Amino acid sequence: MTPESRSLLSQETAEGSQEMASRDATAPAELEREVGAVLRLPEGGVVNASDFDVERTDDETMIINMGPQHPSTHGVLRLMMELDGETVLRTKPVIGYLHTGMEKTGEELTYQQGATNVTRMDYLSPLNNELVFALATERLLGIELPPRALWIRMLLSELQRVSSHLMWMATNGMDVGSTTMMIFGFRERELVLAFFEKTTGVRMNHNFIRPGGTAADLPDGWEDDVEVILDNVTVRLDDYDELLTGQPIFRERMEGVGAISAEEAIALSATGPILRSTGVPWDLRRTMPYLAYDEVDFDVIVGTYGDNFDRYAIRLNEIRESVRILRQVLERVPAGDYRVQDKKVTPPPRARIDESMEALIHHFKIFTEGYKVPEGEVYVAVESPRGELGCYLVSDGSSKPYRLHIRAPSFVNLQSLPVMMHGGLVADAVATISSVDPVMGEVDR
Amino acid sequence: MSADTAEVDRPAPVVPGVARTSGTDGGEIVHPGRDRYHDVVAAHRDAGFEMLADLSAVDYLAHPGRHLPDGVAPARFEVVAVLLSMAQRRRVRVRVQVPEDDPVVASLWDLYRGAEALEREAYDMFGIVFSGHPDLSRILMPEDWEGHPLRKDFGVGRVPVQFKEAPGPR
Repeated sequence: MTPESRSLLSQETAEGSQEMASRDATAPAELEREVGAVLRLPEGGVVNASDFDVERTDDETMIINMGPQHPSTHGVLRLMMELDGETVLRTKPVIGYLHTGMEKTGEELTYQQGATNVTRMDYLSPLNNELVFALATERLLGIELPPRALWIRMLLSELQRVSSHLMWMATNGMDVGSTTMMIFGFRERELVLAFFEKTTGVRMNHNFIRPGGTAADLPDGWEDDVEVILDNVTVRLDDYDELLTGQPIFRERMEGVGAISAEEAIALSATGPILRSTGVPWDLRRTMPYLAYDEVDFDVIVGTYGDNFDRYAIRLNEIRESVRILRQVLERVPAGDYRVQDKKVTPPPRARIDESMEALIHHFKIFTEGYKVPEGEVYVAVESPRGELGCYLVSDGSSKPYRLHIRAPSFVNLQSLPVMMHGGLVADAVATISSVDPVMGEVDR
Repeated sequence: MSADTAEVDRPAPVVPGVARTSGTDGGEIVHPGRDRYHDVVAAHRDAGFEMLADLSAVDYLAHPGRHLPDGVAPARFEVVAVLLSMAQRRRVRVRVQVPEDDPVVASLWDLYRGAEALEREAYDMFGIVFSGHPDLSRILMPEDWEGHPLRKDFGVGRVPVQFKEAPGPR
């Protein structure tokens, strides 16, 4: 290296003059990362560092970073991509930018407080997170819910699915260039969120589905509100159909892009619309029913080719199926209690505290110490809009979870992204990321 | 479901000779030793458990007296894998004990490609080494992070909050 070129490489910094070290001074581990040795191959293998010629600089392929601040990556997802021209060869999702240690936090909160924590994981379907946590806690407690609580939960869970899929339609439309769809999706989602606000008090992070039932009963006139939502959504789903499904540009961008086979999806533990798009009819609401899903009539939507268009069609039609479930729920929500009348688990109503010493004590105990949950461990899974949302809960007999593990569908589904993107164009990567529907709050927890 | 009916309904074991229990939820749990863990999971996969639904770990440092079947010696860590059979609509939890002084267990990556991210998370959070994993590196925490946050002896970061007119930090 000549002195002239050396001076070009040296930098004056606060810590004195620094210059770039020559390439052979780089540690092997660092070099591996630099040349992308840890990128996933579609078969799941990795590249051996000794395969790389260190001195060779005119590589045919190029490693580029996409994200974490790229506008289409749905939050702080970073992708390392190896490109050959415009073609994507290998991809590695790099995550953790939103990690806030929620599983650790969950060990510090009582079961009573726990729902406030889990609801913040998947912020597009918070009620499903609360649901899986509540189901796991109830399984440990061994309590049976009154039927009205089950049906209220189902109502909220399905409305959440509608709102989450609408949000996906909106962002996906945005990613492939349809601003109209973005506005439409948000407009309809607003109807659902307004109902949530009326019911739970907030638009997101409700803390409404709690162990033992729900926090409150449905508001007066909820049937009419839901009816309005369903009528609106039904009509507007046809609009979306007209706007996107038959539109040549949209089909061009979605059909045959990001395909994955059923074997690959199962091997990579993908669930939800990704698995169903390959033709596997696996929906926990049908195959391993929880709440009262075995009492309602609905279809499991499956695709054929496992491409982006199938995933779009599945989500669109799942909204229709959710509407169908919601119409049955509307007619069938039974009267009765919305939470279990177990004084150890359910805090007494406010009015009782003024009258009864016992109620005051129970109230005080539940809100300071929390209720004790018998020792044991459970794994409970529900079908969230993104796939199997599982909760592995270990109790040591105290009032706080000993271990709270959430099996986040987005986290696991991201593994299938390298397979979907392999061999595609970098321009299609945006549409493919969108079709996985990752929610980074849930991926990083 | 009471314990009695769970006994009656219980499907036949996939691998005979491995300790089995039913969990609080009536779920099926097998407790293989660390040396047989990989074989037991492989046998399950061959028996139709085509998907690894979940994999995580637990640090039992503060709760050593948990219930385990006879012949299974408790260790500090436990790796829990949830296997799913779609055809039989059945889940099996595989709980394997991993000692503190040698936290190494076989990776399931060669059986289930989906174990990749899940095992990296368990490594990141608990420091359990999965031998045979292609790229065991931190996934959620920064690469230069020290310690494994979900271990029970890893402190919870706290920032004392000074409330207005509060009697000072406690």
